[in-house]
Amino acid sequence: MPDRQFLVTSSPHLRHTDTTRGIMLDVILALCPALVSGIFLFGWRAALVVAVCIVSAVLAEWICCKLRHRPSTISDLSAVVTGLLLGLNLTSRLPLWMAALGSVIAIVVVKQMFGGIGHNFANPAITARIVLLVSFPTAMTTWAEPFSDAISSATPLAGGTYTLQQFLLGTHAGCIGETSSLMLLIGGLYLCLRRVISPIIPVCFIGSAALLSWAFGMDPLTTVLSGGLLLGAIFMATDYVTSPPTKWGKVIFGIGCGLITILIRRFGASPEGVSYAILLMNILVPHITRLTTPKPFGWEAPTA
Amino acid sequence: MKPMEAILSPVARTVGGVQLPHFKQTAELETAVMPPPEKVTLAMLQHIGAPCEPLVKVGDVVFVGTKIADSPQRVCAPIHSSVSGTVTGFREVLLPSGQTTNAIEIASDGLMTPDPDLHPIQVETEDELVAAARECGLVGLGGAGFPTHIKLSRAPDVKLDTLIINAAECEPYITADYRECLEHPDDIREGVYLLKQLMGFERVILGIEDNKPKAFDVLKSIATDERDRKNEVHLMRLPSHYPQGAEKVILYAATGRKLPLGRLPADVGCIVMNVTTLSVFARYLRTGMPLVSKRLTVAGPGVGVARNCMVPLGASAQDVLAFCGGLRSKATEVFWGGPMMGLDIADLSAPVLKQNNAIVALTGGWPEPSPCIRCGRCSAACPMKLMPAAIETAMKRPDAEKLRQLHADYCIECGCCSYICPAKRPLTQTVRLAKSHLRRSQNA
Repeated sequence: MPDRQFLVTSSPHLRHTDTTRGIMLDVILALCPALVSGIFLFGWRAALVVAVCIVSAVLAEWICCKLRHRPSTISDLSAVVTGLLLGLNLTSRLPLWMAALGSVIAIVVVKQMFGGIGHNFANPAITARIVLLVSFPTAMTTWAEPFSDAISSATPLAGGTYTLQQFLLGTHAGCIGETSSLMLLIGGLYLCLRRVISPIIPVCFIGSAALLSWAFGMDPLTTVLSGGLLLGAIFMATDYVTSPPTKWGKVIFGIGCGLITILIRRFGASPEGVSYAILLMNILVPHITRLTTPKPFGWEAPTA
Repeated sequence: MKPMEAILSPVARTVGGVQLPHFKQTAELETAVMPPPEKVTLAMLQHIGAPCEPLVKVGDVVFVGTKIADSPQRVCAPIHSSVSGTVTGFREVLLPSGQTTNAIEIASDGLMTPDPDLHPIQVETEDELVAAARECGLVGLGGAGFPTHIKLSRAPDVKLDTLIINAAECEPYITADYRECLEHPDDIREGVYLLKQLMGFERVILGIEDNKPKAFDVLKSIATDERDRKNEVHLMRLPSHYPQGAEKVILYAATGRKLPLGRLPADVGCIVMNVTTLSVFARYLRTGMPLVSKRLTVAGPGVGVARNCMVPLGASAQDVLAFCGGLRSKATEVFWGGPMMGLDIADLSAPVLKQNNAIVALTGGWPEPSPCIRCGRCSAACPMKLMPAAIETAMKRPDAEKLRQLHADYCIECGCCSYICPAKRPLTQTVRLAKSHLRRSQNA
């Protein structure tokens, strides 16, 4: 073996098999039950909206990478996740150009302008949804009734009585991916079991929202199962980049999200508060992380 | 005999760590003794501390166990010839750490004649014990290479209560300590009771991971020995969880005491000793033969025949691999030690050192890093509760103040952060750089 060349690298020389792409794929898989149920409830128009969101998100990501002279990151599937999440947060009746615009805002303005994957301070899908909501309030709140072309302007958040079965199966008006609580919970369970997400944020978010709504005399079950609370708590508030990495940070973040959601729903002008709650808490993440950074193992208080 | 409750569970568990594949296929293979190579190269620095000065000159005839190098410095361990033969010269060698040091080359006569002056050693006091550890040339054989006589010597006011024998061997592939337990149980037994008696330890804890049942039984027989009348020798079953065998981690598991930065286990009343170090020491006292050979686990998909072999110190990696069926053509990376903390071998003429315990050859490549997605897995895996991704960001500038706030200097370089990173970022390497940046900025 004379003069044979070997790799010389710093340890460790062994790596776990998980990749960024694998994690994104798991998130996509976890969203599939909600997607399928959304298409089943709201028809081919729902599929079209989601497809437009995904395609325009991936395209925007690719163009941004080209313009920034960076290697393309579309193969890590993070743009697919953003597009899919945005699509599930829209009504099936939204004009397609608005859906595409939302994806472009999410990828270009919120994600790539801050440096691409891992560098955005706010959740791209949430922020894009908020931009669309304030820009096109009517189009964004024109929902379809399940299994029909009838237009509905009322989701369970506006009041009315719904059965538990309606909530679980999602047979009421709402965004494509937010109505079926059962499918969202299945997806969340999958992510927790695969250890893609920690259950701390969803549990604290949902738990504090339920507790507070009960304190304000609202029905906790309706609070949790209506609107975008489950979709937000399980899939958007747990976004790695825009949530704290520390255990106690996650607790604070989750409770903060629940608190703001309920305050907006109870006292705000808008019936829905999940998106704003998550966005506001996103902004606080660096501070929460700094406050909850643990002392290292064996740390001693410096003796003066 | 003592009752079964002698088996302890860890009293405390460090956060972090990772679950690794074990790859311990060599576990049940008896150690093969490697015949002496034509020449050995004995580096003057095979320990933490000052390098040795040669005591021999070219042409001198030496035997196995003849002392050939020593130093008046305190933190140092003497070096003995690992073959019988003739000193042929001196040369500079590159150590795995990147340092260079002087080395003595000895041509073997192939006879392996032991030095006629060697004789069993009687030790009756703590001072004699410490002196014997030095004469044995003993260093921490788990990988650190810290001179054992320094570890055992204490200031008069230091109270030592617990001796922890580390048989965790948590790195994948390596089974050298495991074989020591199976092949030399009596040396370990003698070592345990001698150290306990002469150093006055109140208790001895033998720590081993739960994936090694046979070695567990060996240590159990030691913990239930009839000499342990007051039930002071305990066996601790550790979960197979990397880095269970790291000094701070096993010390915490055994006693619940946290070792502060820059302190030695003696500062919290403990001595942590690798099981092979202890066994070699007991064997030295029994036979008089100092540390001249080492068991290496040669394993990994890149080697011809994976096995454990007893190798004379100073044999080249090339010699050892040739004894193990050579390297396969698909081998891409060879290193001393396990895959988590092992140091790469760039040149196979590098000699075996005292603290080496394995040669592993892998066939993979270097994974291309992608951007950090801030998943937080590195922080969750860090046994020191650090935030490697944040340290990496601070290192880009590099910002010494921020690195200090993030306590980069606490890193034990176990490799968990790089291992777990889904973006395949070389975090451990970056934190290493951060540590040296901190040291430089403190000195400046």
